[in-house]
Amino acid sequence: MMPPVEGAKDTRMTKRFAAALLSTLAVGITPSAMAQAPDTFRAGAIVVEAPWSRATPGGAKVGGGYMRITNTGSEPDRLVGGSTVVAEGFEVHRSTVTDGIARMEPVTGGLEIGPGQTVELKPGAMHAMFVNLRQGLKPGETVDGMLVFEKAGALKIAYRVGGIGAQAAPAAANAHQNH
Amino acid sequence: MLALRIIRWTAWALVAVAIFVGTGIAVGWFRTEWLGQQPPGAVTSTGTPAVGGPFSLVNHRGERVTQDTFKGKPTAYFFGFTHCPEVCPTTLFEMSQHLKELGPDADKLNVVFVTVDPERDTPELLKTYLESFDPRIIALTGTPEEMAAAAKAFRISYRKVPTEGGNYTIDHTSSLIVTDAKGELVTLIDYHEEAPSALAKLKRAIRG
Repeated sequence: MMPPVEGAKDTRMTKRFAAALLSTLAVGITPSAMAQAPDTFRAGAIVVEAPWSRATPGGAKVGGGYMRITNTGSEPDRLVGGSTVVAEGFEVHRSTVTDGIARMEPVTGGLEIGPGQTVELKPGAMHAMFVNLRQGLKPGETVDGMLVFEKAGALKIAYRVGGIGAQAAPAAANAHQNH
Repeated sequence: MLALRIIRWTAWALVAVAIFVGTGIAVGWFRTEWLGQQPPGAVTSTGTPAVGGPFSLVNHRGERVTQDTFKGKPTAYFFGFTHCPEVCPTTLFEMSQHLKELGPDADKLNVVFVTVDPERDTPELLKTYLESFDPRIIALTGTPEEMAAAAKAFRISYRKVPTEGGNYTIDHTSSLIVTDAKGELVTLIDYHEEAPSALAKLKRAIRG
C-alpha cells in the first residue's frame, strides 16, 4: 500500500478532528476544564437553578438529577417530561426512607410547581431519574439535558456531575480550578 | 342437692377466671399506659433476635457462598440493587468511607452487599459495579428463590414496584445488619444515621 501523501493525511486529520468535535457536541458531555455552563436556566415563568447529578458506579443503568425549580408566574405549571443525552428515559421519582424501608414512587401526572413556589429535587426527597444510561457519569462532567414544562415549554439545562455520594451540587468547575 | 353444688362451683370458678383475666388486663394496661413499657415481642432462646439465618448465594466472582463463608469476622450486610439511583450507591459509598476510616481494622470486618434484584444483577454486573467502591466489599446474588430465602433469613422486606415503560424499581429494607463473628445480630445501622454513629457501631462489632 502506498503511504498517503501529506495533503491527504491533513484532510484525514481534519476529518477526524471534526468527527471528534461533532461527537462531543452530539453527546453533550464536556470535561470540567471546558465546562462553562451557567447554573440558572429560564423558560417563561420557570427558573431552574443548579441542576446537578452524581457520578454513577460501574455498570449502573440509572442516575439521579437534582435541581431547584421556581415558578415566578401567577399560574401553576408542571414538569411533564425531560431527557438527557446520556440516558434513554427520564422520570421524576419521590424517594423516601421511612421505618428502615427505602421506597421510590414515580410522580405521575407531572410535578406541579405552584405560583411563587420553589420545588427542590434533592437526595432523600425527589429526583429526576435517568433511566437506561448509555454511559456512566463521571465527576466533573457536565451533562446536557432538557426539561419539558406544560406551560413554559422546553428548557435546555446542564447538570454538573458530583461524586458518587455527593449530597449537594458540586462547586462550579471554573471557580474550583481558579483556587 | 348435687346439681346446685355443681352450679355453685361453676359460678365461683367463673368469678375466679374473671378476676384473673381482669387483673391481667389491668396490669397490662397499667404497664403500657402508665409505665410506658412495650409489650414483650418475640424472643428467641438465645435472647438475640433471629436475624441472619442460613443462605446460599453466589458472589461477584461467581463463587458459591453461605452464611459460614462470613463467620470468623463480624459482617455488615446491606440489601439493595444496582438500578437504585440513590440509597444503594450512597450506602456503598459511605461504607467505603467507613472502611477507609477504620484503617487496618477494616480487614477484621466483612462488608456484604446482597442484591434484591437477582434478575438484573448478575455476578458480572455486580463485579463492575463494585469497582467504584472499596475493593473489600463483596456482592451477592443468586436465583430469585435463593435470594428470597436470604431476605427471609435476614428479615429483609422487598417489593417490586412497576415504573414507566415496563421497568420496575424495588422498595427494600435499607438498614445495614451487623452480625458478630458467629453470624448473630449485633446491631442495625439506619440509612439516616450519622457517619460517626455508624462508625462507632462498626468499631464495637470489630472489638467483639
